[in-house]
Amino acid sequence: MRCRQVIDKISDYLDGELDPELVRELERHLEHCEDCRVVVDTTHKTVEIFYHTEPAALPEDVRGRLNQMFTQKFRKEEPR
Amino acid sequence: MPTHLDNEQSLVAAAQAGDSDAFVTLLNQYSRHIYRLGVSITGNHHDAEDVLQEASLKAYTALAEFRGSSRFYTWLVRIAVNVALGKLRKRALWKESSLDEPQESEDGSYIPLEIESWGEDPEEACLKNDLQQVLSEVIQKLDPKSRTIFTLRDVEKFSIEETAKLLGLSIPAVKTRLLRSRLKLREELTKYFGKDARNAMPTSHR
Repeated sequence: MRCRQVIDKISDYLDGELDPELVRELERHLEHCEDCRVVVDTTHKTVEIFYHTEPAALPEDVRGRLNQMFTQKFRKEEPR
Repeated sequence: MPTHLDNEQSLVAAAQAGDSDAFVTLLNQYSRHIYRLGVSITGNHHDAEDVLQEASLKAYTALAEFRGSSRFYTWLVRIAVNVALGKLRKRALWKESSLDEPQESEDGSYIPLEIESWGEDPEEACLKNDLQQVLSEVIQKLDPKSRTIFTLRDVEKFSIEETAKLLGLSIPAVKTRLLRSRLKLREELTKYFGKDARNAMPTSHR
């Protein structure tokens, strides 16, 4: 397997969707190719960091307007 | 994916029975995730607020239709994605081709430019608030379709199949865009987290 093919298969490899035979070929390539190893490793870290980083708190003004919207809605519905 | 409330099922049942406080509790648990989703897809805070408000209202109105076959959060995300896509379509951004495609060779395959390993713990290299900001900024370097696909697949962890279905795209199209998005984001983050990249950190926290 060549570097270019490794790059094309990174997603499937990381998602565990690559055919086992191709996984073996890809991993054999990684054993001797430092550059591809770095690209695979940092792509994996990229996916992980997006998944594991919690979003920032909701801005106060946005939260305020959301709450206000529902307070008004609930108030209108009360007489029912 | 957010932390789910332990009593989510009973809160949903109470909200469906008309308990507005229960609905607000559910909403408060997930609102910042929905807002981030809105920012990621629409690319701006104003539309993200609309997405949050409209999706919350729709969820409230359609609460009786929620059958519990998925998590409440997943159901809410689906609603929010549709609202956000509506915003993109209105601004004619959905069909726009990428303005910033990854570098490609003549035969169309991708060539990585930044080949540099990252420090042991990239999260450590960045204060929490900075990291949130960095991620929010780099995702905007993708075109709208790609960042929507990446957000659904890699942030919200929808399957490739469901991502394709939600967006009305083919599975190969989703896979191609996802691969390019991951590689593009990897390039961008290497500028922050590469071992020799400390100078790229936000200036206030170098």
